[in-house]
Amino acid sequence: MHQVIPVAVLMLVLFAFALGPDRAPMAHAAPGLFWVAVLFASVLAVQRSFALEAPDGARDGLRLSGLDPGGVFLGKTAAVALQLVVLEVVLTAGVVVLYGSHVRSYGSIVVAALAGTAGLAAAGTLYGALAAGLRVRETLLPFLFLPVAAPVLLAGTRAWQAALGLGAGNVGSAGDPWVPLLLVFAAVYLSLGVVIFGPLQEAS
Amino acid sequence: MALAVLLRTAVCVTGRFPALAGVDLAVAQGEVVVLEGPNGAGKTSVLRVCAGLLALSGGEGTVLGCDLRRDAPALRRRVGMLGHGSALYDDLTVVENVRFGARAAGADLTHLEAALDRLELGGRVRRTSVGRLSAGQRRRVALAVLLTRRPELWLLDEPHAGLDAGARTTLGEIVAEVVADGATVVLASHEPEASWPLADRVVSLAGGRVVGVRDVRRAAHNPPRHAGASDGLRAVPGGAHVA
Repeated sequence: MHQVIPVAVLMLVLFAFALGPDRAPMAHAAPGLFWVAVLFASVLAVQRSFALEAPDGARDGLRLSGLDPGGVFLGKTAAVALQLVVLEVVLTAGVVVLYGSHVRSYGSIVVAALAGTAGLAAAGTLYGALAAGLRVRETLLPFLFLPVAAPVLLAGTRAWQAALGLGAGNVGSAGDPWVPLLLVFAAVYLSLGVVIFGPLQEAS
Repeated sequence: MALAVLLRTAVCVTGRFPALAGVDLAVAQGEVVVLEGPNGAGKTSVLRVCAGLLALSGGEGTVLGCDLRRDAPALRRRVGMLGHGSALYDDLTVVENVRFGARAAGADLTHLEAALDRLELGGRVRRTSVGRLSAGQRRRVALAVLLTRRPELWLLDEPHAGLDAGARTTLGEIVAEVVADGATVVLASHEPEASWPLADRVVSLAGGRVVGVRDVRRAAHNPPRHAGASDGLRAVPGGAHVA
């Protein structure tokens, strides 16, 4: 956390510098910048989650424990998700303070953030396991993970635009596809991870 | 006597070269076997295969009654391995690491306090982050995890590395104690003077093959003879002679 949060907050501040002193464009860009910051921070959190086990053979220790790989996957996903949730609380405060955003529906941003976070953590953990055994894991993980996470970036941004009263979306409207898309993404990667995390661990 | 480990013509290829090129090895339950040989001989690979961490590319193997090709995940909980790394988490304290290692493997914590005391990890050390410990102390913590878990098969890779004289003596006592309780120990070592006193047999490896075997409990501290000698080779079901 002490590594991920400062980087993400720094990104928000730098975006604010890049967009200039006028708050209107910053407020308009806030949802996208929030999710970009979360996305890059999730890469760091996943890398850290696997780096902890790399140097001293802790991954072998985990395999030798006989723990169910699906359970290990869910545990690692939950740990990454928890870090991201704390990060998102900090970033939301940063968006409100730095960018002057006004939240219309806290319920909508919370649901979108939780669904998006679950999907990012699950997909990140899965691709983290895939890259963990390789020498080029630090550079490979963003290449594998960021394109796959693009739907979360898109849907999360659209859901937040609606919740902040930006764009054409209505807050919590029944036809809003973005939160369901985030939920489907999370469900797919959580299910996939439980099934294939074990074989990935064996292969790495 | 029942066999804890049986490898028949075990081949294991990692990368371009075979780490094991046809190893035959039988270890009886309750036996202490030392693997020795030069760097790259295949000692660590034998231990990792026995732990179910490295898949066989050829041949066959059974450890604690589990087929290595089919039952490796089920086997692992019954095996304890001290590898080159200590398999510890730097951010956790000594006692947290031991507790986690034991609970994750489904063991109770009955032996935890005794294990920490035995390895001189009590007092302030037990609440110290493992990342702050020396290499020798980390080795002690890893041994404390195994001592708390009490696995059926102990696989120790260079267990004396980094340990001071007192800890080496304690390690010898632990090996004798767990073997008396029915466990089996296979250890790889470059230090014959440290490991031979613990051993029933010494198996020499070179180039991924067994090249010699010596019953050191019967004839202490003689260098191992080379392949082709019949004494010390064991007949196993199926007709193969294995070390």
